[in-house]
Amino acid sequence: MTLHTEESAASTQQKTKKARGKVRLREHVMGWLFVGPFGIVFLALLIAPLAYALYLSLWQKKLIGGTSFVFLGNYVKAFTDPTFLSGVWFVVRFSVVAIPLQIVTALAIALILDAVTSLFTRFSRLMIFLPYAIPTVIGAVMWGFLYSKSFGPLSDIFGLFGATAPDFFSSNLIFYGLINVVTWQWAGYYMIILYAALQGIDPALYEAARIDGAGRWQIAIRIKIPLIAPALLLILVFSLIGTLQFFNEPQILRYLAAGTISPGFTPNMYAYQQAFGLANFNYGSAISFALGGVVFVCVYAFLFFTRKRRSFF
Amino acid sequence: MSTKTKRILVTAAVLVAASALAACAPDAGGGGSTAGGTAANAGNDGGNNASNCTNTIPKKDLPVVTFWGWYPNMQLVVDNFNKQNNEVQVCWTNVGQGGDEYDKFQTAISAGTGAPDVIMIEADRIPTFQIQNALVDIKNYGYEAVKDNYSAGAWKDVTIRGGIYGVPVDGGPMGMIYRKDIFEKYKITPPKTWAEYEQAAQKVKDAGGPLFGDLGANVPAVMMALQIQKGANPYTYDPAKPETIGIKLNDQASKDVLEYWGSLAKKGLVGTQDQFTPEYIAGVVNGKYATYISAAWAPGYLTGAGVGKGEDTGKWAVAPLPQWDPDNPVQVNWGGSAFSVTSQAKNPELAAKVAYGLYADDESLTDGWTNQIIFPLNLKALNNPDFVNLKVAFFDGQQANKEVYVPAANAYQGMTYAPFGQYYFDAMTKQISAMIEGSVTGSQAADRLQEDVVNYAKEQGFTVQ
Repeated sequence: MTLHTEESAASTQQKTKKARGKVRLREHVMGWLFVGPFGIVFLALLIAPLAYALYLSLWQKKLIGGTSFVFLGNYVKAFTDPTFLSGVWFVVRFSVVAIPLQIVTALAIALILDAVTSLFTRFSRLMIFLPYAIPTVIGAVMWGFLYSKSFGPLSDIFGLFGATAPDFFSSNLIFYGLINVVTWQWAGYYMIILYAALQGIDPALYEAARIDGAGRWQIAIRIKIPLIAPALLLILVFSLIGTLQFFNEPQILRYLAAGTISPGFTPNMYAYQQAFGLANFNYGSAISFALGGVVFVCVYAFLFFTRKRRSFF
Repeated sequence: MSTKTKRILVTAAVLVAASALAACAPDAGGGGSTAGGTAANAGNDGGNNASNCTNTIPKKDLPVVTFWGWYPNMQLVVDNFNKQNNEVQVCWTNVGQGGDEYDKFQTAISAGTGAPDVIMIEADRIPTFQIQNALVDIKNYGYEAVKDNYSAGAWKDVTIRGGIYGVPVDGGPMGMIYRKDIFEKYKITPPKTWAEYEQAAQKVKDAGGPLFGDLGANVPAVMMALQIQKGANPYTYDPAKPETIGIKLNDQASKDVLEYWGSLAKKGLVGTQDQFTPEYIAGVVNGKYATYISAAWAPGYLTGAGVGKGEDTGKWAVAPLPQWDPDNPVQVNWGGSAFSVTSQAKNPELAAKVAYGLYADDESLTDGWTNQIIFPLNLKALNNPDFVNLKVAFFDGQQANKEVYVPAANAYQGMTYAPFGQYYFDAMTKQISAMIEGSVTGSQAADRLQEDVVNYAKEQGFTVQ
């Protein structure tokens, strides 16, 4: 009797195991089917081109003498190439100035819009966000004309005070001219992210703070900002990656200030110039990967130093 | 959800996160290859595929040759050719002017597919593409028949080591375009030498007048031409040894010319505005510059940009280019294009017929020079009295061809261009820009340019002499 029961128990167990195995297999197949469409696109449009670019970056093609395998030769060249290094130095300096400026602007506006409620708030929010909705190319062209000494308003405005307008296309001021364009374009976008995060905070916290005697400033600095720290971190990482890959604005403004903005102005522009202007796809790919390395190091260092407060990563 | 499925999902999520973090690489690295692919495909459509031409092919049973070009009257020229020819028809596409077209052609060369059969290229870019074996020597495909239609100087510009890599179409003999009203107001006559040019500039400045000219960092081809005028000989080849090249970018003549323009800019006698920009044109329209050192195609370009219209009609005139040594004048050239047969042409002989025949009929040439679209190199047009005596409206009826451009074109000896034109011009722009900024002197700029270009040439496998 006991034996029989045991036997049947064993067989039931086996059966369930088999059945479970079948279910697992079905889940398995279903899972792959769901991931499939994404996986194919991911492999074909991201991994494959990347792998091909990596492959290209290990070769060297000369005008005389053809193609040869140089392994990391192109990378050694990149990191000793003054043009590439000065481009990297430029985007790093640019990041150090532009990112805090954008984030502080975005944060200030988001806090004001969050604290003030009036009809005007919605309108302002839309207007401040609007530059992000304008394509970068159009934005850059527009600023190109605003900076122009002949067409732009600058010379008129400065003329009123009897001064000469600054030339934002000159090599001394192009840095600030570009900072202005980038801040104008992106601050609104970051503002929306921060504003959304602020809206997510439970208002009961403000009430509690007020009961404890906190003023508006204290609420903003001690409650709001710490609570949206994850969102701040997110936009910091986004803007760091974006700024190190700076390309669109200088590439467009190059047509108005070719003498100031050289083809190797930023690393991405240099890669573009090498690949499509000089037909050096190999070195262009190597520069792209070298820049990728720089971005990775910068972002990693950044996340490392802010690791205590992170919750997004 | 089983643990395994979970694990796969987590892995996928991590991969996505990783890709977002490493967005730098996909954007930049991937951009390199994917964009290349797209451009090549686009080239394929417009290049070898004869089904989408801009023009309509009248004789559909004839073989078709594909062609890229950007002359403003290209449509008419192609139609004229197709009408008159019973052997071959041209399928034309305009893929952009100058640099835009070269980038597309370069991508097609790298991809090995997508280039047209015949392509319009500026003469100074021919060696750049020839060295990559992207162009075909068409000497044996009908050169003898048209040899006498062009001057020796015109042929020299398209000849490399004895091979003919293009058919000359238009040239850019240089002159000094100037504002008559400004010259009259400050009582100056057109300077005959560069020393007089500087004196005149000083005189105008002292009297509170406008800038006398412009030194644009983005037009290195002008600087090269002006250096050659003083006796520089930037590139030399040994026909027998294709891998050797002579590079002399910092000889005394090159340095002198850079110093000369650098000092004019420093003294505030000339502007330092990039040319071909709205800013520059606005300056030209507003009379900000008294002279424009430019080529024979400039009146057409300026007219198109809105210069010399309305109130400003008839304010412009042209004089021969100032000289260093008036007893031994040297004439130079800026711009001008040729038609070349690419090595991707399916039938080079047929393609060569197009290259030789296109824009060579009287009707097209006449349209080109009467509308100031081209300064023709074809002697049929150059020797045509109507062309020589043409009273150019832009110059207030001045016989500009007779007085300035035709003598300049006839005296032009041709020059040897770099096989890495793009790099050379980019490097030169960089140095001129540094000189304008004041961080280097003209001589230092020349030395740095020499070093830069020699390093590049060596890296590209050349033996530099």
